[in-house]
Amino acid sequence: MRHPRRRGTELLLLLIAVLISGYGYVEVGLATGGAVPAGAAGYGAGLGLLALLAHGAVRLRAGYADPLLLPIAVLLNGIGLVLIYRLDLATPSDEAAPTQLVWSALGVGLFTAVVLLLRDHRTLQRYAYLSVATALVLLVVPIFFPAVNGARIWIRAGGLSFQPGEFAKILLAIFFAAYLAVNRHALAYTGRRIRKLQFPTARVLGPVLTIWLASVGVLVLERDLGTSLLFFGLFVVLLYVATGRTGWIAVGLLLAAAGAVAVGSLEPHVHSRVENWLHPFASIEAGEGAGQLAQTYFAFASGGLLGSGLGQGDSILIGFAAKSDFILATAGEELGLAGLFAIFLLYALLVARGLRAGLAQRNPFGRLLATGLASIVALQVFVIAGGVTGLIPLTGMAMPFLAQGGSSVVTNWIIVALLIRMSDAARRPEPAPEGPPDGPADGPGDGTGAGPAPSGGGPGGVPGGAPGGEGNRT
Amino acid sequence: MIRQIRHLSAFFLLLLVALLLNASRLQVVDAEEYQDNPANRRQNIARYSAPRGNILVGEESVTGSRDTGERLRYERTYTNGPLYAPVTGYASQIYGTALLEDAEDDVLSGADPRLAAFPGFSLWHALTREREAAGDVHTTIDPAVQRAAADGLGGARGAVAALEPGTGKILALVSSPSYDPAEISGNGTAAADAWRRLTTAGQQPMLNRALRQTYPPGSTFKVVTAAAALDAGVVTDPDEATDSPSPFTLPGTETELTNEAQGCENADLRYAMEVSCNTVFAKLGVETGLDRMADAAERFGFNDDGLRVPSRAATSVFDTDMNDAQLALSAIGQYDTAATPLQMAMVASAVAGGGKLRRPYLVDRITDADGDTVSRTRARTYDRAMSADTARTLRELMRGVVENGTGRNAALPGAEVGGKTGTAQHGVGNEGVPYAWFISWARADGAEQPAVAVAVVVEDAAADRADVSGGGDAAPIARAVMAAALGR
Repeated sequence: MRHPRRRGTELLLLLIAVLISGYGYVEVGLATGGAVPAGAAGYGAGLGLLALLAHGAVRLRAGYADPLLLPIAVLLNGIGLVLIYRLDLATPSDEAAPTQLVWSALGVGLFTAVVLLLRDHRTLQRYAYLSVATALVLLVVPIFFPAVNGARIWIRAGGLSFQPGEFAKILLAIFFAAYLAVNRHALAYTGRRIRKLQFPTARVLGPVLTIWLASVGVLVLERDLGTSLLFFGLFVVLLYVATGRTGWIAVGLLLAAAGAVAVGSLEPHVHSRVENWLHPFASIEAGEGAGQLAQTYFAFASGGLLGSGLGQGDSILIGFAAKSDFILATAGEELGLAGLFAIFLLYALLVARGLRAGLAQRNPFGRLLATGLASIVALQVFVIAGGVTGLIPLTGMAMPFLAQGGSSVVTNWIIVALLIRMSDAARRPEPAPEGPPDGPADGPGDGTGAGPAPSGGGPGGVPGGAPGGEGNRT
Repeated sequence: MIRQIRHLSAFFLLLLVALLLNASRLQVVDAEEYQDNPANRRQNIARYSAPRGNILVGEESVTGSRDTGERLRYERTYTNGPLYAPVTGYASQIYGTALLEDAEDDVLSGADPRLAAFPGFSLWHALTREREAAGDVHTTIDPAVQRAAADGLGGARGAVAALEPGTGKILALVSSPSYDPAEISGNGTAAADAWRRLTTAGQQPMLNRALRQTYPPGSTFKVVTAAAALDAGVVTDPDEATDSPSPFTLPGTETELTNEAQGCENADLRYAMEVSCNTVFAKLGVETGLDRMADAAERFGFNDDGLRVPSRAATSVFDTDMNDAQLALSAIGQYDTAATPLQMAMVASAVAGGGKLRRPYLVDRITDADGDTVSRTRARTYDRAMSADTARTLRELMRGVVENGTGRNAALPGAEVGGKTGTAQHGVGNEGVPYAWFISWARADGAEQPAVAVAVVVEDAAADRADVSGGGDAAPIARAVMAAALGR
C-alpha cells in the first residue's frame, strides 16, 4: 500500500493557519484601537517563519507524515497567541504574548530537533526506566519550591518559571508504553476471572498500585488535581489498550473513585473546588460578587452563538489566570459557540490523527506510545474544557497550545513531533533503510492481540533491547 | 489492540459530544439567565461604554459625559446641576437613574429601538451587536422661567411648578434646596460618600418637592371647590350672597370653623375668594356633596396614581370616604387633602385654559445622534376639569384675588393675572410653620390666552408662623416666574 506524501497539502493548510491567526491579530487591533496593530507584520512573519521551519523539517525527515497534524498545531498555537495578545490589551502592566511567542519558537525548535534527530521512535523504548526516573524527579522537585496559588508545581529560577510536570507527561507516556508493550500478556492472561471480568493477580497489580499511589502522592503533595487525574487516566487508558481487559477499567475506576472520595473530603483545596462546582453562585448569594467560575460562565454566556468579536468581550473580568486556565472563556465570549466548536473540533482532529497514527503502527510500543500521546491531549482538553464550562469540577490545567504557559506549549510541540515521527513511520511505503531489519514488509497488516504470544520480556522484565527486538509481533 | 484503540476513540468521541452539548447549554440555552444575573457586570460595562445622550433645555445641553478611561468608561456630568436636578434627576454608575434620566433611559443609553437606523432588522442587530448612538432629550423647560423660580425661592425650602396652559408644557420645575447630581455620577468612594451625605441630610436635597412631595393645599384648593360648586349649580351667581354663617359649625360636631378675614358671613363667592373665607367654601363643599366634590377633584388630576410627565408624579389625594365635617375641612384644603405643586399648577392651568386641562409633559421631542427628530410630544387633553362658563367665572374670581384681595403681590403691569393664596397648617396640632402657597396664571395684554400657570409652595417662609402667608411669601415668587414666562 502506497501513501502519497501530501507535503503540498500540508503547506497549503499551514498557509491558511497562519493567515487565520494573522487575521485574528489584525482584527483585535481594529476592534480595540481602530487601526492595524503595529506588530501585525512581525507577528504574522514570525508565525509563518516558525511554520515554515517546522514544515521544512517534516519535508526533510518525515516526508510521509500525516499532513494535518502540523497545521492544526500551528493554528491552535496561533489562535492562542491572538487570544493572549487580546487579553494583554486589557492588562497593560502584564504582557504575556511576547513571552508566549518566544516559548512557541522554542517549542517549534524542539519540534524540529525531534523530527530531525529522532530517526526512529522505537529508540525511545530503550530509555523506559531512565524516562520514569526523570519523570519522578521532575515531579518531586517542585515540592521544594514555594507554592504558587496553592499548587506546588512550579520551579522558579531567575525570572523564568517552569512546570516540570508538563514534561513528565511525555516521559511517563514513554515508560507506560514500553512497560505495557512488554508485560501486556502477563497482565492480560493471569489472574482470576469473576463472571465476565478478568481480574489481575496481586503480583502484576503491584506496579499499577504504585502508579496510582504516585499520582495520589502528586495530588496531595503538590495539590495538583489536574495532573494527577491526567496521569492516572493515561495509565488506565494504556492498560486497557494493551491488555484489552475491561477488568482493568473496573479496577481503575474503583481506585479513582476511592481516591477521589478520600482526597475530595480530606483535602480542603480539592473540597472547595467541588463545592465551587456545585454552587458557582454561592459568592453572589453571599453578597461578595461573582466568583471566578461564575465570571467564566458569564463570559461564555455573553458570547452566545457568534460571539462578541475579537477584542470586544469582557472576559478579563475573570481576573487571575484568564490567559492560562480560563483562556477558553475568552474564545467562547469573543468567537462564540461557533468558534468554540471549531476549537474543539481542531482538538478532536488532532486526537483522531494521533490515534490513527497509533492504529497504523507496526509494533505494540509504537501503538501504545501514539495512543498515549493522543490520549494526553484528549484527556487534558476534556478535563480543563469540562472544568471551565462546568461539566466537571474545575482543575487547573493548560489548554494545549491555546493557554499561556511556556512548559505546556513546549511539551505539546514535542508531542506533535513524536506523532509526526510515528505517522511518518506508519505511512512510509518501504521500511526506511536505517529501519529495523525485521520490520514487516507488507505494511500495517500485522494482527495484534490474537492470542498469547511468546514474549521477549516476561512480566516485570526489562523492556527494551534493540529496536524491533521486543519480539511482540506475531 | 486495534479494537481497544477503536473503543478508546469512541469513548473520546463521547467526551467530545459531552463538551459540545455542555458548551451549547452554557452559551445558548442558559445564556440569558447568566446575562441577567445581577453580578454579571457586562450590561453595565456596555451601558457606560459610550457617551450618554444629553438632556437639553432651550437648545442648550444641561448634561454631558466624561471619559474616565476606567472599565465603566463614561460618567455623567451636569452643567448647572442643582438648578436642573429636579428635571434631569441623576444617572449614577452605582445608584442607577432617577427622574428624566430614568424615564428616558432607553433613549439616553441608546437602547431605544426608535434610534436604530433600520428598526426592522432586529436579527441584524443581534448578529452585529452594534449599539445605537444615544439620542438626546429636548425638554419643555424654559431656562429663564426655571432660573426665575429658583432665584425666587432663594434656597428656602419649597418648590415651583410652571405650565403652559394651552399645551401642558412644563416650563419650570424647581425644588429647593437642591443638589448637584454630578457628585454621585461615578462609582468611586467620593460618589458613595456624597450619596450617603445627600440621602441622610435633614433638608432632603434629593427630594423633588415639585413632583414627588404632597402638601396640604390649604386655601388654594378653594379654586377646586368653587369649580365643583359652580359646575354643580350650587352657586349660580358669584355675586349672590351664599347664606353662610361665620363661624361655621362643622356638621355633626361642635367644632367651629372661623375666618382670618372679616365680612365672610353671607359673603358672595367673589368676595369669599378675594379674602379667602373658610366658612363659605366649607359650606359650599358640604352642599356640593362628597361625590361631586370628589369627581371634580379627580377631573383636575387628584387621586391619579399613574401621572407621568414622564417622570412619575406623586399621587395627589382627595379623600373619597368622609363624613360631612371632614368634607367641609377638605373643601378648604385641610383634613387629608394633599397635593403636589405640579397638581396645583394643573388647577391654575385648567382655569386659565378655559376649563380644559392639558396633560403636563416635560419632553418636547427626542432626536437621534444625527439630530433628526424621532418623536415629538403632542399636546393632549387630560380632562375637561370644568365647563367653559365655570372657567370664565373662575378666571374673573381669581383675577379679583390679585386685583383686590390677598394676591396683590402677584400683579404684573401689562398683563392679566389671576391667583389664589393659601396658608396651609400642618403638623401635630397644626404646630408646624405653615406652608405658604400661591397658584396663579397670567395673560399678557394683547395675547389671546394665558401663557403660564404656576404653583409655588414655600415650606419655611418665616421664622414667626404668624407672619407666614401665601400672598406675602409665595405670590412674589409666582410673579417673578410669570414675568419670566411672559418675557418681561
